[in-house]
Amino acid sequence: MRISELFERGEFVITAEVGPPKGTNIDKVIEEAKEYLSGIHAVNVTDNQSSVMRMSSLPVCIALKQAGLNPILQMTCRDRNRMAIEGDLLGAACFGIDNVLALTGDHPTLGDHPTAKPVFDLDSVSLLHCMCQLESGKDLGGNDLVGDFPKFAKGAVVSPCSDSVDAQLAKMERKIMAGCEFFQTQAVYDTDKFLSFMEKAKQFGKPIQLGIVIPKNAGMCRYMNKNVAGISIPDSIIDELAADKEKAKSGETGVAIAARIIRECKDAVQGLHIMAMGWESKVPGLLEQAGLK
Amino acid sequence: MLITQLKDREIIESLICGKAFVINCHGCKEVFFDEKGANELQKELMEAGKLTGILTTDYICNPENMKLRLERYAKQIEEADTVLVFSCGVGVQTVSEYLADKRVCAACDTFALPGYQGVTPLEYDCDQCGECYLNLTGGICPITACSKSLVNGQCGGAKDGKCEVNHDMECGWERIQRRLAQVGRLDVLKKCPVQVRNYATYKDINKE
Ligand code: SF4
Ligand code: SF4
Repeated sequence: MRISELFERGEFVITAEVGPPKGTNIDKVIEEAKEYLSGIHAVNVTDNQSSVMRMSSLPVCIALKQAGLNPILQMTCRDRNRMAIEGDLLGAACFGIDNVLALTGDHPTLGDHPTAKPVFDLDSVSLLHCMCQLESGKDLGGNDLVGDFPKFAKGAVVSPCSDSVDAQLAKMERKIMAGCEFFQTQAVYDTDKFLSFMEKAKQFGKPIQLGIVIPKNAGMCRYMNKNVAGISIPDSIIDELAADKEKAKSGETGVAIAARIIRECKDAVQGLHIMAMGWESKVPGLLEQAGLK
Repeated sequence: MLITQLKDREIIESLICGKAFVINCHGCKEVFFDEKGANELQKELMEAGKLTGILTTDYICNPENMKLRLERYAKQIEEADTVLVFSCGVGVQTVSEYLADKRVCAACDTFALPGYQGVTPLEYDCDQCGECYLNLTGGICPITACSKSLVNGQCGGAKDGKCEVNHDMECGWERIQRRLAQVGRLDVLKKCPVQVRNYATYKDINKE
């Protein structure tokens, strides 16, 4: 089901994400999703995340759908030109996958195929526009579709703690102009920064899901601060994780930190998006601690 | 070789806010430029009182050379609200950097043709994309200044203002955002329709 309808009904929409395998077996990811993510509204399936080659998002979405979950197809513009993207979108619609998250995608040089050709024929904005075109029965070449037209809940991402906030807000406006109906954010750790971003973003009137990555340990946080765009983890959080290595390792500290961030921000947002990065099993506990279950 | 093709008349007219100062560049022999069409259009604009002056020169892509030429027209440039440049993308970028507080617009689209590309200093780059975006981006080329050649705004990868691909390079869209704010044209990004690139070449487009 389209999650845009849930937002319209005023629900606090909770999603999480899973990554396809680097291989042909998908039983593990489907089983884990069934076990830990069945209680939430929808599950994103990443698309060669961080430019690391994996199984495509679409088949994993189909398998999740068949297992009774509600998938969100992540679609980047790094690896396919407009024709391949349109073809995949029609294929998704054919299998009842009707949530799509449009992303520009990281550059190939950041991942495990640094010599691959960067495509970027479209970008997140023109991909949203492309979905609107398909919904109206036309492709980007201006040709008519035959039979039923697709209908998607069209989402995109925004980086609220980016040091280029103005450029991010400008891009957000262009995404909305292109048909974006909801936003998921990059991971938030600095709640003051996030809440001041929300003050500016609420004028657009589109639902925004708070992005959460459960912090695993101090080293991971320092790495993200240095290397990941739009992430600023306050020292207090890093100190908290460093204080008790065992508690950090078991996930106790990280989950407590994430739950605190959610509690501080949840009144300002319309939903929550958890990027568990292998810690899917901690999602139910996190929701409980955050008071969302 | 390259072709600098005049943009549609309506587009050029819509670029002129108030009065315009025109700069024509007839530098490189390798560039095909519709001098006749440009002259006719400029004559009409002049007669309609829309221009403060016309400068026809060469090698405006060379910043030193360009400054010397423009200095003599300081008054006409001062009087103009828009500076309309008839040149390849490199020329327009050089002028917009020099007149950073002015509304500098490209009147031509630059297409590539096979063969020698002419002599330009390497300070600014034009990929001869065939549908010049400089009027949407404050005179900074999104095709060459952004590692993904994005035409609808910044990706999520910039960190500390640097590009995700090359940390020694400033993010092109960060520069564009700053320039548009400087010339008071941030609304361009809000108003202009979704851009979808046209990868057809000059030959493809003109084969009908
Ligand atoms: S947008 Fe850039 S590449 Fe395209 S014509 Fe203009 S200067 Fe050249
Ligand atoms: S960081 Fe900036 S320059 Fe680099 S690809 Fe993204 S938008 Fe383009």
